[in-house]
Amino acid sequence: MMRGDDDAIISLVARTVSPFIMIFALYVIFHGHYSPGGGFQGGTMLAAALILVRLAAGNDLAQLQFPRSWGTPLGSAGVLIYWGTGFVAMMGGGRFLDYAFLPLAGAAPQRRSLGILFIEIGVGLAVCGILTAIYDDLLEGRPHD
Amino acid sequence: MTLQFLIANIVVSAGAFFLLVGSIGLIRLPDFYSRAHATGKSDTLGVLLVTLGLVIHEGLTLNSAKIALIMAFIALTSPTATHALTRAAVRFGLKPWFRRDGAGEKGD
Repeated sequence: MMRGDDDAIISLVARTVSPFIMIFALYVIFHGHYSPGGGFQGGTMLAAALILVRLAAGNDLAQLQFPRSWGTPLGSAGVLIYWGTGFVAMMGGGRFLDYAFLPLAGAAPQRRSLGILFIEIGVGLAVCGILTAIYDDLLEGRPHD
Repeated sequence: MTLQFLIANIVVSAGAFFLLVGSIGLIRLPDFYSRAHATGKSDTLGVLLVTLGLVIHEGLTLNSAKIALIMAFIALTSPTATHALTRAAVRFGLKPWFRRDGAGEKGD
């Protein structure tokens, strides 16, 4: 892999653009009920922001931002949020992922909306972590930098 | 109202013209560097003009503000992508294209 950390233009632009991609990814995740978007798309954009910094700054320097060992635990945490929401709804008396039975405040439509938001957050975290882990695994054992 | 749509149509058509020029350059030019030279500039300008035309067509709304943000990010990232590609090609050792007979010595 080519060293990229000595080019000022690419590094500066990647560092400038990456937080905006993250903010837009969070917007896509949290606004996914009302507009096009959702957990998968937002998680992919979060992973794109992380991988952009990895490509621009070099894989070793980018470990300071998001270490290689975080990818799989973050994906597992996302799956756990997804499963936990469904399981809590099931413990509340409904079926799996029956959002109206979640122990939340508000009427049933608001509970459903919040439950879908939890699901989207879980899916977003899982997609972000797993895509970053796939990128890191592709570079595993390669003399990077 | 009509003048606004007329200006928007003219700007979008100019953007489409620059995109056409970039595509012709991508097909006709001989090697990687000159193709990057053709597409890097004219595609950026073409996409910027098309989105500017959309902003003019939309007027002052939230959607046009979003399109203006898209314009800013395209103006920032598209030349950087071209720069990164050509830099990677230079560091890989790709030689530029020369005319075969004169090997670039003749001024023509």
